[in-house]
Amino acid sequence: MNSNRKAFLAVALAVGLARSAYAADATLLNVSYDPTRELYSEYNAAFARYWQGKTGKTVEIQQSHGGSGKQARAVIDGLEADVLTLALAYDVDEVGKSGLFAADWQKKLPNNSAPYTSTIVFLVRKGNPKGIKDWNDLVKPGTSVVTPNPKTSGGARWNYLAAWGYALRQPGGNEQKARAFVTALFKNVPVLDSGARGSTNTFVQRGIGDVLLAWENEAYLSVNELGPDKVEIVTPSVSILAEPPVAVVDKVVDKKGTRAVAQAYLEYLYSPEGQEIAARHYYRPRLAAVAQKYAGRFGKAPLFTIDEVFGGWAKAQKAHFDDGGVFDQIYQPSK
Amino acid sequence: MKRRVLTEPKPVRVALILVSLAFLAVSLVLPLALVFVEAFSKGAAAYAAAIREPMALSALRLTLLTAAIAVPANLVFGLAASWAIAKFDFWGKNALITLIDLPFAVSPVISGMIFILLFGRLGTFGPFLQGHDIKIVFAIPGIVLATVFVTFPFVARELIPVMQASGSEEEEAARVLGASGWQLFWRVTLPNVKWGLLYGVILCNARAMGEFGAVSVVSGHIRGKTNTLPLHVEILYNEYQFQAAFAAASLLAFLALVTLLAKSFIEWQTGRRASAGSVENEA
Repeated sequence: MNSNRKAFLAVALAVGLARSAYAADATLLNVSYDPTRELYSEYNAAFARYWQGKTGKTVEIQQSHGGSGKQARAVIDGLEADVLTLALAYDVDEVGKSGLFAADWQKKLPNNSAPYTSTIVFLVRKGNPKGIKDWNDLVKPGTSVVTPNPKTSGGARWNYLAAWGYALRQPGGNEQKARAFVTALFKNVPVLDSGARGSTNTFVQRGIGDVLLAWENEAYLSVNELGPDKVEIVTPSVSILAEPPVAVVDKVVDKKGTRAVAQAYLEYLYSPEGQEIAARHYYRPRLAAVAQKYAGRFGKAPLFTIDEVFGGWAKAQKAHFDDGGVFDQIYQPSK
Repeated sequence: MKRRVLTEPKPVRVALILVSLAFLAVSLVLPLALVFVEAFSKGAAAYAAAIREPMALSALRLTLLTAAIAVPANLVFGLAASWAIAKFDFWGKNALITLIDLPFAVSPVISGMIFILLFGRLGTFGPFLQGHDIKIVFAIPGIVLATVFVTFPFVARELIPVMQASGSEEEEAARVLGASGWQLFWRVTLPNVKWGLLYGVILCNARAMGEFGAVSVVSGHIRGKTNTLPLHVEILYNEYQFQAAFAAASLLAFLALVTLLAKSFIEWQTGRRASAGSVENEA
């Protein structure tokens, strides 16, 4: 029996196949959240061109995507990300706390280290059959709302906080009323996916729900990918200003010797070209000139920040999303 | 008249056959056909492009590499374990049999988590691995480890009953005739179990190539680096590239079909051998 020799040949063949055909001067790993796939596949190519033009060196950028909280967990457990581009500051804070970089990471880049912003909008079926116009339409009986799980998804936490902030800002709004409002909203949620992209697929592909609470960019992408004959976007009267932050992972870049290129990678997001790419993918640019150019793309409704309404991420996370927090108290899976 | 008593009434038979056929059609044939229909929904050129895409090729390579390490490893382990269990009596034998079954009982996601807890940055061996710059989880070694763990019962489980059934008389005879340990293994034991062994290897290989849960936990999902074919399918699906996702899925389905064919062939061979053996015995 020559199974030994066969096995050896198989291994040799596979190893031969697996060897990398291409080696760049530097390799960066960007660990990101779900809806940024298309943004970074374009941005990575642009940055590689810019970097080669500036330094003469090639850079290869690898991507990993998933729910923001899940991705942060993987980096804490040893996924060697050079840069993080996550959905919210809390997840980046958690990675910092595990010892990979200092707590003041948000001060290292302009605009709270958030090179682009976004907000939460509604995606409804073509023709808006349920007549959904604003947040208070979501709590009506018989309206089915799709949102990911705030425990694992960054986008879902923004959704939740946007609804809470809306209720709080209504005439006579207070904590009790906001809580009752969000409780009623989650009564209308039939399924909680773990990430934003999963929820989008649930809504669009599986046809579940009357309205999807989604990142503005994710909503536009769905309309573009799946056709305006299927879904349309509704901008509520008020929403939250979402600031998805970016950070260099100090421990990793120092070990790999990639600090300069990692830093440049994030800084270039603030450049006119980086901002243009972000705007093209429906992220709201920070740079005034680019914002002006793409102003027609984005809704004009007022946006409140998490600092104004909730006193920052750390507080919001503790009060609402930690084990035993408000979300755990109000959410009952629907029968 | 005697036959009629032994069989069920005709309507019952027909109903049973129809139920199983309908079930097969809905749960197996239909989804499988759909994979190929969707994969070719944009024509053969789009199909070829999806499969030749560098990320798809790298996922395929990693899947083959993983199987090429996991299957031989489990072949050696399965042979050793089943040999020990079938031919010798020792203290703790039942515990060993139970342990071999463990990966069947544990959810694959938990299997993946075990390796994060052991080899992750904050895990038991984390500081040591960091200090020596050894990467296990979120790299290829972790994917291979998780796959080996999930697939290790297959070979052993197939071999234990075969070895037990073949008994140790032939080996004892060979021993008396002066065979060395290796001669005994290559000339007597292995030929007796070779079909069972192949069957186990095929099942093991099918699972190694298709494993999703455990690998998903330890992969880190780095495209072109730590994405296996099943993970690649999920990524494409999440990127609205449905046709490409089904094209990649069709590769997996194709590997499964080849496996199934090989399995049927082996069953046919063993069946033929068994009947030939019984004829010999009668003669």
